[in-house]
Amino acid sequence: MRLELRLERSRKLEYLVPVVSVLLSLVVCAVLLLSTGANPLAAYSAMLKEAFGTSYGITEVLVKATPLILCGLGVMLAFKMLFWNIGAEGQLHMGAWGATAVVMTGWDGSPWLMIPAMMLGGFAAGALWALIPAYLKVKLNTNEIITTLLLNYVAILWVAHFIYGPWKDPVSFGFPMTMQFPEGAQLLRLAGTRVHLGFVFALVIAVALYFIQEKSRWGFEIAVTGGNPNAAEYAGMNAGRNILLVMLISGGLAGLAGMVEVSGIQLKLLKDISPHAAPYGYTAIIIAWLARRNPWGVVLVSILMGGLYVGGETVQITMKLPVNIVLIIQALILFFVLGGDILSRYRLVFDRPGQRPKKAALSGG
Amino acid sequence: MTDDKIAVALRGITKRFPGVIANDSVDLELREGEIHTLLGENGAGKSTLMNVLTGIYRPDAGSISVFGRTVQLKTPKDAIDLGIGMVHQSFKLVPTHTVTENIVLGLGRGFSRVKLDEAQARVATLSKQYGVKVDPNALVWQLSIGEQQRVEILKILFRGAKILLLDEPTAVLTPQESEELFHTLRSMREQGHSIVFISHKLDEVMTISDRITVLRGGKNVGTVLVQDTNPQDLSHLMVGREIKFATFPKKESRGEQVLEVEGVDALNTRGLPALKGVTFSVAAGEILGLAGVAGNGQQELAQVITGLQRPTAGTVRVQGADMRGKRARHFIDAGVSYVPADRHGVATVGDMSLSHNSVLRRYREPKFGKGPLLNFNAAIGYARRLIKEFNISTPGHATPVRSLSGGNLQKVILAREMTTRHHLLVVMSATRGLDVGATEFVRKTLNDHRHQGGSIVLISEDLEELLSLSDRIAVIFHGEIMGIVDAETARIESLGLMMAGQRLSEVA
Repeated sequence: MRLELRLERSRKLEYLVPVVSVLLSLVVCAVLLLSTGANPLAAYSAMLKEAFGTSYGITEVLVKATPLILCGLGVMLAFKMLFWNIGAEGQLHMGAWGATAVVMTGWDGSPWLMIPAMMLGGFAAGALWALIPAYLKVKLNTNEIITTLLLNYVAILWVAHFIYGPWKDPVSFGFPMTMQFPEGAQLLRLAGTRVHLGFVFALVIAVALYFIQEKSRWGFEIAVTGGNPNAAEYAGMNAGRNILLVMLISGGLAGLAGMVEVSGIQLKLLKDISPHAAPYGYTAIIIAWLARRNPWGVVLVSILMGGLYVGGETVQITMKLPVNIVLIIQALILFFVLGGDILSRYRLVFDRPGQRPKKAALSGG
Repeated sequence: MTDDKIAVALRGITKRFPGVIANDSVDLELREGEIHTLLGENGAGKSTLMNVLTGIYRPDAGSISVFGRTVQLKTPKDAIDLGIGMVHQSFKLVPTHTVTENIVLGLGRGFSRVKLDEAQARVATLSKQYGVKVDPNALVWQLSIGEQQRVEILKILFRGAKILLLDEPTAVLTPQESEELFHTLRSMREQGHSIVFISHKLDEVMTISDRITVLRGGKNVGTVLVQDTNPQDLSHLMVGREIKFATFPKKESRGEQVLEVEGVDALNTRGLPALKGVTFSVAAGEILGLAGVAGNGQQELAQVITGLQRPTAGTVRVQGADMRGKRARHFIDAGVSYVPADRHGVATVGDMSLSHNSVLRRYREPKFGKGPLLNFNAAIGYARRLIKEFNISTPGHATPVRSLSGGNLQKVILAREMTTRHHLLVVMSATRGLDVGATEFVRKTLNDHRHQGGSIVLISEDLEELLSLSDRIAVIFHGEIMGIVDAETARIESLGLMMAGQRLSEVA
């Protein structure tokens, strides 16, 4: 049995692989659930019913999907250029911090001014955080996987420093959090739900990124750079400038995710702005990959992942299953997608004696 | 050499690929203690035959016997076990490891230990025994290409190979390094090794070989003793006709200077001087050929005159404008087109469609969009036009260029670079690896372009091509221009001497 390079990537498999990966991960997870004595079918149907079967569930799914879409779009853009931004989690934390910093000036004004200022603060803080590894890559050719990843821990500790220290609410009974934001700093919510304006932002940005990627000259540059960096240089594209710009947007969008979380959901800056079991910034990596680096795909997959979060919380409460089941399913999905991607680039060949590789045709001469 | 024992006998080897017969019942005998050259044009079937002998391909028909025993080579390992080793054109070394570590890499089974100091001593012995100069402790990334090749040779000797196959080993070497390689090969021959040497450089073939087998179109068209032949006969066998150097008609009048290069110095990727004081110019309606053995600064020169690399000294002027400090896109805007040698690695994006690739260097032009937006329909229309005008055979404009054949891919690149408004066309190894038909097409296209008043810098290792197309030929050696001669009156012998490092004043 061997792997043989396909001349053309299989289109069908491009889309089949993510679907099959999700199904396989559910099967493997079912085995794990069985081993703990739980009924996997009951667990899955409870998750599905809770996430997509009630109007409350659906709104909660959209709540979780909002930061996922924003982070996922940012990561997608960077991945498109083969810049491996693993730092959305840190950029999200810095964005939450940047938005909070606007509130912490003591300003209490109209939401028409405060919200844009907080968005700007969140975007800028996330963007600056992402520009550090981008600049290091351009100037010193450092490995961005390592720098973006490590900066996550710095960002999380940076936020912790402020909520344990200078920004700590004096009447929080010692809990590490800021005071509640004034009304002008809170994002508008859909009546009776926790769905907030951030979801609209996320959709608008998905549309914008679609146009950038598919219709613009700059999007073409990103695609060429991702496809063959040497060809990009040959075509007179400025790789350094593009890395900085892409990371500015990528980090900025993750920062915006942090902003909408504090301004739309938490209404304060606190420790767990991103779920501990499966942080948004890391889930975004899986989303960008599953979505085939397509903005609509990011929206769709983020909503499905949002369902996984909501369903996971449900089975934790009702069936006493650990919420880490979400993390396990996510990890299995990524595992299967990465494995499956090999099949869309290569073909499995079963050798029988006397048969010869077809691969030879590629280099024959 | 007087020993007539047969090391390897290939009988009736046939190997088909879809649509081609790469080897057509080829017989080949390699005697013990001989250097046997396999000669042939690109695509003549040399590499296929060697891949059969190293167990990479399995022949469709024919038999192989090694030291008198008929064998089945199923995997490369089978070949190694029989004492057959090959030095490929691209080396397979780990740059951060030492020479010895690279040599023992992959030896031993499971968790068995490799005794490094013993291995090192053996490497040193082998190195002395065969005159292969390389420090066993050196890290591979610090070595020159020539030294890395020696590591590959030592690797094979270390595994006890008696039969060595070398695939165009001199293509990447300087003349001095080639000389040292020949010394090593002779010393191996003295000690009873059998060597298959692949080349298409006739002069070195005459120097190093005992016997020569010529392949043409997948067939063995003759095996001769070196003393019974001469370069003319060999070239006749290779191409099936006497090379006549049919020259394309040159243009009578030339226009103004389009490219002026003056005193240019540049470094290679390893930071060593690659160009030294290069000066030349090209006029409108002129093809300037640049001859030289690969790796003498051609790549760097091409990059400097297309803006992909900045010179460390000197000036480049395009249509009189000083291009100092300008980037590649400024060169594109100034009308410099470039057909690089590396079609897959540089000139195209394999996973992208033909239409996307057709605007790779042109997507900024107003024709292909408005403001920040790119008009893909315009790109598709343009690609359709190119497919028609240049006769590109492809399923359509949406086909990823990865799946195009070499000739068609080169047509896409040429079409793109030539249909843009441009003043200078830089072409490197334009016909390398292309079949006869595609080669003719490319040459004719370049010639037509000259007659329409275009200027071309034609960088090639193929003297025949240079002589037939160029108006003038510059010869580069070790980053210096040895001289520039008129193609009409140029003699191959003097070009050859200049390629080996003699100046025009010394050979004229």
